[in-house]
Amino acid sequence: MAEQLENHGKSVEEKRELTCIGCPLGCPLTVELSGGTPVRVMGNTCKKGEEYAIKEVTNPERILTSIVRVTGGSGAVISVKTTAGVPKGCIPQCMKEIHACTVKAPVRIGDILIKNIAGTSADVAATRAME
Amino acid sequence: MRKAELVIIGGGPAGMAAAVSARQNGIENIVILERDHVLGGILNQCIHNGFGLHTFQEELTGPEYADRYEQKVKELEIEYQLETMVTDISEGTDQKASDLLPGVRCIHVSAVNRTYGFFQIETKAVILAMGCRERPRGALNIPGYRPAGIYSAGTAQRLINVMGYMPGKRVVILGSGDIGLIMARRMTLEGAKVLAVAELMPYSGGLKRNIVQCLEDYDIPLLLSHTVVNIRGKERVEGITLAKVDEKGRPLPGTQIEYECDTLLLSCGLLPENELSKTAGVALQQITGGPAVNDRLETSIPGMFACGNVLHVHDLVDYVSEEASLAGKYAACYIQKAKEEPVEDGTKAKERAAEDGTEAKEEPAKDGTELEAAVTDDTELQIQPENGVRYTVPCSISPDKMADQVVVRFRVGGVYQDRYISVYLGEQRLLHAKRRILTPGKMEQVILKKSFFQSVKPDEAIRIDLEEE
Ligand SMILES: Cc1cc2nc3c(=O)[nH]c(=O)nc-3n(C[C@H](O)[C@H](O)[C@H](O)COP(=O)(O)OP(=O)(O)OC[C@H]3O[C@@H](n4cnc5c(N)ncnc54)[C@H](O)[C@@H]3O)c2cc1C
Ligand code: SF4
Repeated sequence: MAEQLENHGKSVEEKRELTCIGCPLGCPLTVELSGGTPVRVMGNTCKKGEEYAIKEVTNPERILTSIVRVTGGSGAVISVKTTAGVPKGCIPQCMKEIHACTVKAPVRIGDILIKNIAGTSADVAATRAME
Repeated sequence: MRKAELVIIGGGPAGMAAAVSARQNGIENIVILERDHVLGGILNQCIHNGFGLHTFQEELTGPEYADRYEQKVKELEIEYQLETMVTDISEGTDQKASDLLPGVRCIHVSAVNRTYGFFQIETKAVILAMGCRERPRGALNIPGYRPAGIYSAGTAQRLINVMGYMPGKRVVILGSGDIGLIMARRMTLEGAKVLAVAELMPYSGGLKRNIVQCLEDYDIPLLLSHTVVNIRGKERVEGITLAKVDEKGRPLPGTQIEYECDTLLLSCGLLPENELSKTAGVALQQITGGPAVNDRLETSIPGMFACGNVLHVHDLVDYVSEEASLAGKYAACYIQKAKEEPVEDGTKAKERAAEDGTEAKEEPAKDGTELEAAVTDDTELQIQPENGVRYTVPCSISPDKMADQVVVRFRVGGVYQDRYISVYLGEQRLLHAKRRILTPGKMEQVILKKSFFQSVKPDEAIRIDLEEE
């Protein structure tokens, strides 16, 4: 998924300032674009920052976290996440599917509760266990 | 009375990491006391991702991060008692009564739970890991009614993420701390309309990353230098009035904005939870409200250590775990050392010194008082925060006992661009590191090396400050 930047040297037409959301350090990133494609990323502390910057200027994605209703368990809801980033534009559709979902206890951490959510090829997995 | 070598108060990420580390450093008799019905602390309600990237090289949600440590606690068969509230900690007086640890100082921990009712544990050492709580909503100085529909952001987080209950449909959030920002996104995803996040200060107290992914992603306006001046509704919130404020925080006439809403969330920041520490007589740092600790994370009371948000509010749970592992290790050293060298008299220390052949050097005097001073080099260098640096944790280090490297963490008091963080010992500059931007929302750190302090004069202090060049 990590696109490589091979077009160094192309003329830089645009610069975008971003904040990496990879972790709470929030490194300030600068992306140089040429013809709408990223040619250089600066300011990142780790590799993840570069990946994020490229994605963010081409096809922004987010890991989505929420809750799913549970029946027959020790609590009413269980926390979940998408197993990969989903395109920002798909978030409302993903939330619809998450809201429509109910699962039966017991649930283990990592259990897949929804497959291929909103056609994004990401799954929805439990982030907690419940008896 | 039940006896233990180490009692850990709080089973959040700090308490669990401290327990795991103490066990790995050879302490057998450990018990974690946790007032909730599960381990994991506040992480159970922080269902968003962004935890543990630096510890596990993998981006986890709060509950998943907590689970990693819970599994370790279980693997190592460390005892924990849930739904157990610690009510008091005091220094033991009757030292002789302790047969597990004869002749050593001990600490009494009092707690209540449903199984035993009120009970006490006599222990050699304690680790405070009670985390933090939200600043009380008294911070909101608005005359009039207190209708239903006003929640702290943390309470709303628990209601939605753990109980599955939505507190409202149209929401205004006061305070742009991280929990407020995260709740703006959570409530939006769950179908509520978040109208605005208002912040009294001219900058947000939250992390930039949360402003990006929680507000900007969802087009939620952030109104800086704004506050709530009126709440409408008697039974339930019906509307909120925001106004712009001047530099002194006074509302400016003619800047009012009206919102129709049924819910007001308050995200006014977190405070270390230190009622227990206070009653135990632990010295607290005025600015953080947390215990003042040295480089071994030991409080003013020997044998009482502290780690995690009880010390000061951390941004990254990874740092909490790292700090807690150190606290566990230092507590283990303390316990082991105490077994060898009871404080009651110096005989064992004397014997040891004789064996080492260091007698002459370490025991120049015959009487007990001077002996103690000679055996333990107690020089503690205070760390003074200055010029924009608000506080440091730890707030003192011992050049003699410190590890090869000590991480000193702190927060700054405002937003600064292109400043240097400098560390001085007396007049000598030890460190000088540039930062593009410094904000109160982000914790900073410097690493002090033992080698910096080879030759220290008795009255010297360490100074950490911000400089323009
Ligand atoms: C409401 C809230 C929301 C937060 N949200 C985020 C977030 O979204 N992202 C983030 O990175 N950080 C968040 N934090 C910060 C987070 O708390 C820390 O990263 C981390 O969880 C701190 O770990 P800790 O173990 O020090 O404290 P905690 O996780 O708070 O654990 C302390 C534990 O001690 C227990 N305890 C306290 N007093 C007693 C007593 N007297 N007897 C027995 N047990 C006791 C508590 O029940 C709790 O389980 C939040 C904090 C709060 C308060
Ligand atoms: S670049 Fe790496 S270290 Fe910096 S915020 Fe992104 S993930 Fe965190």
